[in-house]
Amino acid sequence: MGLKFLIDALKAAIPAGTPLLFGTLGEIYAERSGVLNLGIEGMMIMGAVTGFGVTLTTGNVWLGIAAAAMVGGVLSLIHAFLSITLRANQVVSGLALTMFGLGMSGLVGKMYIGKPLPFQLRSVPIPLLSELPFLGPILFQHDPLVYLSFFLAPFFWFFLFKTRVGISIRSVGESPATADALGVNVFLVRYLCVILGGILAGMGGAYLSVVYAPAWIEGMTAGAGWIVIALTIFSMWSPLRALLGAYLFGGVKVLQYRLQKYGISPNLLAMLPFIFTIIVLLAGTGEVIRKRIGAPSALGIPYAREEK
Amino acid sequence: MIRVEKRLTPSRWMTLAAPAISLTMALAVIALVFLGYGVNPLSAYKRIFKGAFGSLYGLSETTVKAIPLMICGVGLSIAFKALIWNIGAEGQLLMGAIAATWVALYAIPDAPKFVLLPCMFAAGFIGGAIWGLIPGILKAKLKANEVITSLMMVYIASELVNYLVYGPWKGAEEWGFPYSSKFPPSARLPRLFTTRIHYPTLLIALALAFLIYILVMKTKLGYEIRVTGGNPEAARYAGMSYFKTVVVVMLISGGIAGLAGVGEVAGIHHRLRYPHGISPGYGFTAIIVAWLGRLNPLAIVLTSMLFGGLLVGGDAIQVALGLPVATINIFNGVILFFILGGELLTRYKIILGREGRWV
Repeated sequence: MGLKFLIDALKAAIPAGTPLLFGTLGEIYAERSGVLNLGIEGMMIMGAVTGFGVTLTTGNVWLGIAAAAMVGGVLSLIHAFLSITLRANQVVSGLALTMFGLGMSGLVGKMYIGKPLPFQLRSVPIPLLSELPFLGPILFQHDPLVYLSFFLAPFFWFFLFKTRVGISIRSVGESPATADALGVNVFLVRYLCVILGGILAGMGGAYLSVVYAPAWIEGMTAGAGWIVIALTIFSMWSPLRALLGAYLFGGVKVLQYRLQKYGISPNLLAMLPFIFTIIVLLAGTGEVIRKRIGAPSALGIPYAREEK
Repeated sequence: MIRVEKRLTPSRWMTLAAPAISLTMALAVIALVFLGYGVNPLSAYKRIFKGAFGSLYGLSETTVKAIPLMICGVGLSIAFKALIWNIGAEGQLLMGAIAATWVALYAIPDAPKFVLLPCMFAAGFIGGAIWGLIPGILKAKLKANEVITSLMMVYIASELVNYLVYGPWKGAEEWGFPYSSKFPPSARLPRLFTTRIHYPTLLIALALAFLIYILVMKTKLGYEIRVTGGNPEAARYAGMSYFKTVVVVMLISGGIAGLAGVGEVAGIHHRLRYPHGISPGYGFTAIIVAWLGRLNPLAIVLTSMLFGGLLVGGDAIQVALGLPVATINIFNGVILFFILGGELLTRYKIILGREGRWV
């Protein structure tokens, strides 16, 4: 296992982590606004089937990705309506969304099973940067969506932590009553954050079926949505840490296959993301640490405006 | 503009009518999905119903699938009553299956039937209980969100099963399939006539439904669970130990789900298989089963038959109409959406418009 193995594994970790990163960036916004959405798996798989279907039909990868984003957004509206407007239980509503997505994608995708995708997104090595030793091949020889995610993570971080709107989002997730008193429209902020989460989950799913492994296979997200839920906590609700976390979890996935020939069980490696997440959750349980790492206090709690 | 206001008292009429209305509306929406797919929804529904309940064979298969749903659903009901969100029944079920397999193949494989089977159930309970206790203790001691921890534990259990059946426990005579060796005959549950109904597990399920009902409604512990679920602060003021309630509830809930896993490996498969082969998501479907049964163990007996029937009927439309197996998940999802919405009708009134019009 030399340097080449390391570079290859790190290079592969990035596209493997990219669908997770898209999903996680969205879930971070939803959870920061106080809404837990366990429907990621369902929205991702619907994104995957939509992205594949539209790309196959139109011949345009970008249309496929856009359609997947739209479907993700529309599906998230169901969760938003139930959990924000009707104040239903967010856990159950999210699970329902996941089940619905898994079922619906199976039905819609039946006609795409076994079809090859002739239109693919090529890797675009970035001039000069891709020539850098070590970092060049790892970071700068990917497809455009990977580069997009390089930009999205810091942008979402900046927006969440350094802008007025970002402060509103976090205040809504921290103390909706206070935010409401200060004139923030709690319902609107939560709706928008949940929809953003859906759009990004849809894109993450489409990345899987259109770019990463261009094909439609029933149930192909195979739990990626749950890893996103884990990753959101693992990254302590920060888009920048999500960038690192996604590649770490992506790397674990890559190693599952590459270390198998050295006698290391892929199944035991596959447990790691979930074990890491529980550990992070535990590290963040003290009240002081909780505040510092930014767990939204009102996460999962519906907001009811006091009636006058 | 839609607003939701709390009713002062839950509407009694709605409490009874809401599940029925929810179910009907869900079926109407799913009918639209079928129509969109070019399948006549009425004939699809007819096939599902006939497949699940229309013959003795269908009915027996429905019962087979209802057994794990019933057991997990009853176990979940006690956790949900205490407002502890154990959504990890799937993992607890798998741990029960692992523990029972260990007993049957490695610990005491030569024991006679009347020793081996009870030991498998006991081990299964312990396996599931440990898997439930971990999120329970983390919740009670460290306030770690049990939704996340119990969910993560599902995937850890699932990978553990994979590890075992692809690795150390892989059977020598299984043609490379991810299966353990077959259980000795003394580790197999008897079945009812020619059906696959492993009736000892069914009896355990029914007994559990009754016992948990009594436990929750008639005992001091049940009272504490109900008070904790209704208002955790009040429970604390009344001197009830939150730690104790959470730990006990997760122990029972996880242990019971473990029993369902024992039933599947000892009654149906006679071996440990890859996780999806043991349970196609019984632990998750049981959440709906418990919810639709309004957390009443006796009602859960009925709702588990309903969802068992849906699983069997799903197989029927797969064969007859060429729909993928996953289609049945649409039912689960949409029914759950409408139950959630319907639930609110009982506790809230929905007001349309600014001044409000009663709906």
